[in-house]
Amino acid sequence: MAENVYDAIVVGSGISGGWAAKELTEKGLKTIMLERGENIEHIKDYVNASKNPWEFPHRGGKTQKMIEDYPVLNRDYTLTEVNLNYWTNEKDCPYVETKPFSWFRGYHVGGRSLMWGRQSYRIGDIDFEANLKDGIAVDWPIRYKDLEPWYGYVERFIGVNGSIENLPALPDGDFLPPMEMTCVEKDVAARIKAHYKGARHMIMGRSANLTVPHKGRTNCQYRNKCWLGCPFGAYFSTQSSTLPAAVATGNLTLRPFSIVKSIIYDKDTKLAKGVEIIDAETNKTYEYFAKVIFVNASALNSAWLLMNSATDVWDGGLGSSSGELGHNLIDHHFRCGAAGRVEGYDDKYYYGRRPNGVYVPRFRNLNGEKRDYIRGFGYQGGSSRENWSRDIAEMNIGGEFKDALTEPGHWSMGLGAFGETLPYHDNKITLDKTKKDKWGLPVLNIDCEIRDNEHKMRKDMMADAAEMLEAAGVKDVHTYDGGYTMGMGIHEMGTARMGRDPKTSVLNEFNQVWDAKNVYVTDGAAMTSSACQNPSLTYMALTARAVDHAVKELKKMNFS
Amino acid sequence: MDRREAVTKVAWLLGGTVLGANLFVDMSCKPKAKKFNNEFDVDQVAFLDEVADTILPTTSTPGAKAAKVGAFMALMVQDCYTPEDQKVFEKGIKELDNASDKKFSKKFVELDPKQKTELLVQLDKEQKDYQSKKKPEEANHYFRMMKELTLLGYFTSEIGCTQALRYSAVPGRYDGCMPYKKGDKAWAT
Repeated sequence: MAENVYDAIVVGSGISGGWAAKELTEKGLKTIMLERGENIEHIKDYVNASKNPWEFPHRGGKTQKMIEDYPVLNRDYTLTEVNLNYWTNEKDCPYVETKPFSWFRGYHVGGRSLMWGRQSYRIGDIDFEANLKDGIAVDWPIRYKDLEPWYGYVERFIGVNGSIENLPALPDGDFLPPMEMTCVEKDVAARIKAHYKGARHMIMGRSANLTVPHKGRTNCQYRNKCWLGCPFGAYFSTQSSTLPAAVATGNLTLRPFSIVKSIIYDKDTKLAKGVEIIDAETNKTYEYFAKVIFVNASALNSAWLLMNSATDVWDGGLGSSSGELGHNLIDHHFRCGAAGRVEGYDDKYYYGRRPNGVYVPRFRNLNGEKRDYIRGFGYQGGSSRENWSRDIAEMNIGGEFKDALTEPGHWSMGLGAFGETLPYHDNKITLDKTKKDKWGLPVLNIDCEIRDNEHKMRKDMMADAAEMLEAAGVKDVHTYDGGYTMGMGIHEMGTARMGRDPKTSVLNEFNQVWDAKNVYVTDGAAMTSSACQNPSLTYMALTARAVDHAVKELKKMNFS
Repeated sequence: MDRREAVTKVAWLLGGTVLGANLFVDMSCKPKAKKFNNEFDVDQVAFLDEVADTILPTTSTPGAKAAKVGAFMALMVQDCYTPEDQKVFEKGIKELDNASDKKFSKKFVELDPKQKTELLVQLDKEQKDYQSKKKPEEANHYFRMMKELTLLGYFTSEIGCTQALRYSAVPGRYDGCMPYKKGDKAWAT
């Protein structure tokens, strides 16, 4: 076997790429995982993870130099000195915004699994059937029963905490013990349940943080510094979970600094043979060959890779025969909701910093309800006591003021909505061949925006939060809309969607590219609709399922 | 979801994205004091320490000067402020001294603690009044900048976190319903 020949190639090492590598190697396939960025070694390279607040010179803030270097990252909370090295260099890796799109990228081993929000929810048949029922886009080619065992398989491995709730809108999972609500949250949840007579629920958030030791990993230490990298390995990341499992098989080769430029396509067999890469450090090109290729470069870059491949056969690239490659870009729209002050509970506080909050599963447009928009939204939220940054009336300067600020203030409680975005054909990415990145590769042009359905939904997203908080006795409730443009949800999806028909979808029911069956795309690109739940758990389940399929196909000699 | 809540405390107090070279600082004719950084000399940092220590003085816990808040302000203004905000802040040092001169015919650092407090209470009223009336695009009041940087610098310092507040680097567990009695300190983070 030549040194550049493997059984399988995985493009990308993030949430889904790590899963592909683990599953392929555990099934005995010699696998190379190609990562475009640098290596970040578990624990050793989490350089800021154990620093105290005062050890950051700007206390976590951003400098003018950072704002100049990272204008996109600066659009949200994402720009901070605490983990700047985990975000992509915007000057080396530009893109074009026909309409505003905030693309927050992590180009390194582990990808955004290092910085992700860890919220982990299943999507159910309400979501899988939605496109068909609404007559929009295309029907998902799978249903919940197809993915259900794989959700459990993934949850049992990565460790997801949560409570069993038996809610139709949000399937339960195979959970570790849930985290605890604050006393305020417990009471607000009970009042919401009573007020809405069980039609709305506020439950404990489900997150990929370990509440008990799990598979050799330490449980959460409640520092709430996950996105710096966890020295305890207590949340799921490629580094803490899937990569060690893949390495343990002896079947994995990890190659950082490997920008996959194109998939090598064989017109005669109608299969992919391998990939061509550029070494990001030396600019030299290399080829790697394998029987099966998993594309997990993140939604936009996976589509980019397909667009750059087999262009001698299809102008628009591999998978473009459907006319849907790069189209139907979706995200979750958010940054709006409501918050208020909670009276009482002066004798209650909390210990530890919980890296998780409460969750309100979708309740709109269910059970026959019809709003002036379709689909729905969920809320993430939480309560806390105010700290020193609060305003204290009539006390402004001096010792009394200082001492008052050393005690916690009143409780407050907020809910922030995450709404489903519909897959519009015209929300699209294309290759901009006039602009090149540092390696001379064409960059993406992103052209998308939310529309009428989302704008109408946002009104409910604010008003319903206010109504629920008020119903629960929260005072001085105010709604907010912090402004949203696509991408800010960091849930890019849909650019190579699954479907039932090669004429209207890029991937089939097992995530195989219709035009090259040994190429699987199992990241956010595959999503036919977005639902309103955080999507990463679904990518993991789709990946594990697709690897199972790929290995069965290999055994049947279907890829040779 | 904590990532959604991870908005840093400084984001709202700085704002603005205008870039450019640092502006000149010292126009006085007296012998130049030793530079502290590109924006401030050591005398100015000592002045800022006095301002900070008046806002947050020593009580049962050390005050802002002990937490080196003057140096923190100088660093933040140098690295994080826009040139426009830098100008307002630096001019503010002179304005604060002018206000002191007007009220007590003395420079700020020469005032006794009671006078310092009296002056800053007056300036705090002035900034609150100004902030409530100003248009969003207009600059913040210099004293608001000083006060916010003082609070941020102090309560995120080692002294602030571990003495004025309570700090646990590795809590190890979570209790969502811990008893609290008046006088117990707030968590630093």
